[in-house]
Amino acid sequence: MAQIVLDGVTKRYPDGTEGVRNMSLTIEDGEFMILVGPSGCGKSTALRMIAGLEEITDGELVIGDRIVNDLDPGERDIAMVFQSYALYPHMTVRDNMGFSLKLAKVPKEEIAQRVEEAARILGLEDHLERKPANLSGGQRQRVAMGRAIVRKPAAFLMDEPLSNLDAKLRVQTRAELSRLQARLGTTTVYVTHDQTEAMTLGDRVAVMRAGELQQVGTPMELYNEPTNLFVAGFIGSPSMNFLPAKVEGDHVHLPMLDMTPTPELLEELRRIDRVIVGVRPEQIEEAGAPGTKGWPTFDVEIDLVEPMGAETVAYFTVAGEEVHAGQLAEISRDRGGDNRISAGENQVVARLESDSTVQRRSVAKLALDPDKLLWFDADTGARVGIGAALAASV
Amino acid sequence: MTATSAGSGPGAIARPSSAARTRARSRRKATPSWVKSVLMWTSIAAIVLFCLFPIYWIVNTSLKAGADLSRGALWPDNPTLRNYRSVLNDGDFLLALRNSAIVATTTTVLSLFVGSFAAYALARLRFPRKALLLGIVLSISTFPVIAIAAPLFKLWTDIGLYDAEYGLGLIIPNLVFTLPLTIFILTSFFREIPRELEEAALVDGATRVQSFTKVVLPLAAPGLVTAALLVFFAAWNEFLFAITLTSTPEARTVPAAIAFFTGSVKFEAPLGTISAASVIVMVPLVVLVLVFQKRIVAGLTAGAVKG
Repeated sequence: MAQIVLDGVTKRYPDGTEGVRNMSLTIEDGEFMILVGPSGCGKSTALRMIAGLEEITDGELVIGDRIVNDLDPGERDIAMVFQSYALYPHMTVRDNMGFSLKLAKVPKEEIAQRVEEAARILGLEDHLERKPANLSGGQRQRVAMGRAIVRKPAAFLMDEPLSNLDAKLRVQTRAELSRLQARLGTTTVYVTHDQTEAMTLGDRVAVMRAGELQQVGTPMELYNEPTNLFVAGFIGSPSMNFLPAKVEGDHVHLPMLDMTPTPELLEELRRIDRVIVGVRPEQIEEAGAPGTKGWPTFDVEIDLVEPMGAETVAYFTVAGEEVHAGQLAEISRDRGGDNRISAGENQVVARLESDSTVQRRSVAKLALDPDKLLWFDADTGARVGIGAALAASV
Repeated sequence: MTATSAGSGPGAIARPSSAARTRARSRRKATPSWVKSVLMWTSIAAIVLFCLFPIYWIVNTSLKAGADLSRGALWPDNPTLRNYRSVLNDGDFLLALRNSAIVATTTTVLSLFVGSFAAYALARLRFPRKALLLGIVLSISTFPVIAIAAPLFKLWTDIGLYDAEYGLGLIIPNLVFTLPLTIFILTSFFREIPRELEEAALVDGATRVQSFTKVVLPLAAPGLVTAALLVFFAAWNEFLFAITLTSTPEARTVPAAIAFFTGSVKFEAPLGTISAASVIVMVPLVVLVLVFQKRIVAGLTAGAVKG
């Protein structure tokens, strides 16, 4: 049980590139902290620095009440679950789980007892004498977990532990992992590139981009109050819609409608060269649906309708110039060129009620929730008017 | 292959008429499976015969004595163990066996010990000119042995390792050629072991040395066995250094000792005793290969693919 404090932790490679830049983060005792970001954002490097597998160039790392910068991984009282599980192929499950205790010269009977206890928690009792090669993917994953929990360490470090499982097993294991962490109450740092995992598992989530911490907060904070375009675009599925906005006189022109913001917001928006407005898919509803009273409406032709049962996802495009922002391009690159975010014609995704009657290739009347729009500066990516209640009205 | 044949080839091969295809199929059907297996087993028998006949011939000769030796009979008319008896009663040959055992074992142990550390460094650590270093190590094994035999003879005479008892003067020269082999085999094995396994061991509280001895080495066991056997064979059979750097029975290894056989019976060619001695030296190698057969094959192929 311990708190982990990163204070200005930096990783600089010999060639001068920085993997992690000046990262300061406090992970409370017993907290489940997620490091999330696209590949190459430095999240794994950060985790490996906490583990002691990567040297810390600058800054200070504290686990519990010790500065551990110069301690070997084995002395840091942490356990790590690797993406590949890294089970020792030549040892049985029992020996894999007991390896660390054996190295620590724990008496044999105690090792046996602790291994069996961990095996019981993870449902591995029947497999203790088998070798990793004879286990299924899910079982291997649990052995890797078991290896971590028998040590009763101050913290668990997990590096994408679910990414080698198939989709169904991943969801199931995710729930088990969450339950296990809550039960053990051990401080956990968990690295993933999957925003769904981040949202569902974490007490708090730290979003990283290009070696820098972007925002730390509870999943709902990140979802509702992102500090910049990157966090807004990275968190949430389907992703937030981004549209160009222009201040004209006392109102703001969006591709499908004009809005009149509060004077404070208008003041802020005037100072910005290029404004981007962010709309969550669920903030668009069919006009007339419950709760849409007083929302501005607009007519648009629907391109595609995906009835999901619980909701209906509708896609449409709006005219207007394309949204360009470096931070959004980064996300779309990471998602393999899926241009949904910064597409040429500004595609918009809307999550409508399941009883919606909108149809493909027909014009529908939709309504937009004006109170929850997020405004960004396209050039810096920063969100405008954070903290202030700057609701726009029609 | 020229461009023309490549150009005309695909069209001709890719689109045979359906009639041709039917014919081809019926022709294939016409070859009964028993003919195939007869052909296969005949070839195997021929190859085995070709490889094993010399060995059979040595065994055959070792069981002959007297006049039989000069008659090239395919099997001994009057089989006798006389040659074996005389070889095993020959004090010099027993000394040579002792020396061979010492030289081959020590060479193997040293080769593996030094080689595994060197190979680990080459496989894992980052340092400048690594590829060049591995290249130099490998190129040593291509030197002709005779090229270093003469300078070694001079050096060994000066420092007193020439004709050293127990064949101790042969160990270092053997290492010159067995170490590169060991390093080469082990480097490719160590490279295949995922780095994360070592990191897991480190996090589990192992020191670097423990993660090497408890995780890396056990996983590289097939490579260690392969390297050990190949080194042992090389040192056991080594002839040129043995004949150049020794001069008395106290120092000679078996290959050199056999060359100095004079025959236990006067006026008789030592052919029978040489053969008997050869069979005796072969036995440990054959036993080792049979015991570790599977490991050797695994080791050789793994090294071949990844090297």
